[in-house]
Amino acid sequence: MNDRVLRVQDLAVHFKIREGGLMRAKIHTLRAVNGVSFDLNAGETLGIVGESGCGKSTLARAMLALIKPSRGRVLWLGEDLGKMDEETLRKKRQDLQIVFQDPLAALNPRMTVRDIIAEPLWTFFPKIARVQVDERVRGVMKMVGLLPNQINRYPHEFSGGQCQRIGIARALVLNPKLVVCDEPVSALDVSIQAQIINLLKDLQTKLNLSLVFIAHDLSVVRHISDRVMVMYLGRVMEISRRGNLYKKPLHPYTSALIKAVPVPDPQLAREVVETGLTGDMPSPLDLPAGCVFHGRCPYMVKRCELEVPALRRLENADWAACHRAEELDLTIGKTG
Amino acid sequence: MTLLEVKDLDVGFDTPEGEVHAVNTLNFSLKAGDTLAIVGESGSGKTQTVMAIMGLLAENGHVSGQALFKDKDLLQMSSAELNNYRGRKIAMIFQDPMTSLNPYLSIEKQMTEVVIHHQKLSKSEARAHAVEMLRAVRIPDPERRIRQYPHEFSGGMRQRVMVAMGLLCEPDLLIADEPTTALDVTVQAQISHLMNALRLKSNTAIILITHDLGVVAGLCDRVLVMYAGEAVECGSVEQIYYQPKHPYTKGLLDSVPRLDQPEDKGLHSIPGNPPNLLSLPQGCKFRDRCPRAFAACTQQPPMHIDEGRHAYRCFLEEPV
Repeated sequence: MNDRVLRVQDLAVHFKIREGGLMRAKIHTLRAVNGVSFDLNAGETLGIVGESGCGKSTLARAMLALIKPSRGRVLWLGEDLGKMDEETLRKKRQDLQIVFQDPLAALNPRMTVRDIIAEPLWTFFPKIARVQVDERVRGVMKMVGLLPNQINRYPHEFSGGQCQRIGIARALVLNPKLVVCDEPVSALDVSIQAQIINLLKDLQTKLNLSLVFIAHDLSVVRHISDRVMVMYLGRVMEISRRGNLYKKPLHPYTSALIKAVPVPDPQLAREVVETGLTGDMPSPLDLPAGCVFHGRCPYMVKRCELEVPALRRLENADWAACHRAEELDLTIGKTG
Repeated sequence: MTLLEVKDLDVGFDTPEGEVHAVNTLNFSLKAGDTLAIVGESGSGKTQTVMAIMGLLAENGHVSGQALFKDKDLLQMSSAELNNYRGRKIAMIFQDPMTSLNPYLSIEKQMTEVVIHHQKLSKSEARAHAVEMLRAVRIPDPERRIRQYPHEFSGGMRQRVMVAMGLLCEPDLLIADEPTTALDVTVQAQISHLMNALRLKSNTAIILITHDLGVVAGLCDRVLVMYAGEAVECGSVEQIYYQPKHPYTKGLLDSVPRLDQPEDKGLHSIPGNPPNLLSLPQGCKFRDRCPRAFAACTQQPPMHIDEGRHAYRCFLEEPV
């Protein structure tokens, strides 16, 4: 594949956590991201889904070299981001942008929309003329569905959905090649969620962006993703093309996540079976041996407790980390 | 028997920018064992409605109308009188289990306080009762866990503790304000199942507040849809999901991303944003975002009531 833009190889982020008193402090290792590998092509959208604590936000930050990985590397257009000196990396950041979850918290309340959106321009092109800045800012505002005459307003004058549009405009102002959206719609109302998802999809096509879209719910990423990656406790459980993942998931955890999505139909919803998931996610400070999902998996066998399943390419070119991927048929029934 | 009847409820807040009209002339009622969902976007007034009923409005808030609970008006009661109802006959589960449990008190202390106060149980009786409740919400090893503090529980476990606390005194009415919004999908499903099981067991009436029509379908009998402080539609779940009348309800339903429909079907959204509550438009509050709006919508639309108690606020007979 020649049009690959991003390659993540065996990426791991471990945090050291100190517990207990000064004298007898114990240092624990929290394995937030634990050996994640994937590729991203130009113009492709990858959805990343997992429950809170699965490491998806940490992965997003490590992917953009905002935090230092403990192991592994991130190649952007063939170059290792971890090996670049600060100045080179800073220049590369023009191409790599991020949109955050909480739109209001991510915008400085004391800056106008113009200053918020223009800040990356001033940072990268300090000598740029003010007229040019204004023109560019108005341009992206229009592109994300904001009225250019609102350029002098402050974030509090906008609703949550509009604030997220400002965040997207700021990410787009430098014409990036990759935009990572970390739960961009989780804080928004349902009717506004759809607006933002549709907007991102349009922009992605129009600008041929590579997009990473993170969510905790499989229903949200479905409309926008070409491929979907499912994470659990810092590991990749499955990466499949959209058409396959929602019909015939390869990993029991994916299937449980699909079944957990509520159906807005009273008759179907009353028939809905339990997800088959029992218990809570184990602590990432104390990862289970073998497959990290084995304690909650309805298909667990002895081997799952002992041996960590590798992420394997299966016959339909989708990937899953499950010992029993070939023998299980997890086809989703009509009731989801 | 009618358990709760809310009549002409108005809630407003005085702010430096002017008066915010959070709830306007709201009417609904609930029988024992009923489950009612109040659905709407942020700022639609759903939370302030129940806060007003429970006497928990912020200091700058004011309320008028009636909220008759077993024929007694909760809005006329003093705080002391209300305390005989709150936690005992009417319990509330708040949205964020992280902030609504006291981090300094053990789960035991927080749970037994309510029963010791209301049911005059001894400490050990109260403890046994609380352990039993934790077991009912499927907290493993409740005898040990009850001595722990909130930070030792995961988000889903904390919300289960909240549900257990809400049901401790076997209330007649349980108000759950977005009980699953802060939780992961798999945990959401667990909590919904749990509330449903407990309702069937004890015939508790439930008011479920949410912005997501997805979670309502399996749990509730009736749905009240609010927009900008007003009821726009009210009916049985079947009426709301299969024959929605109000264009806003239809829009909300279409916006829910569904896995049981083909993926190439684009995602519907409602254009625009909810109105500013400081300066509400005259007439229909939804008209700026409504695909069916016409000249008459500048006047306040009437509430139609169909056979089968299906009500909707619109000038059109068949708006959808």
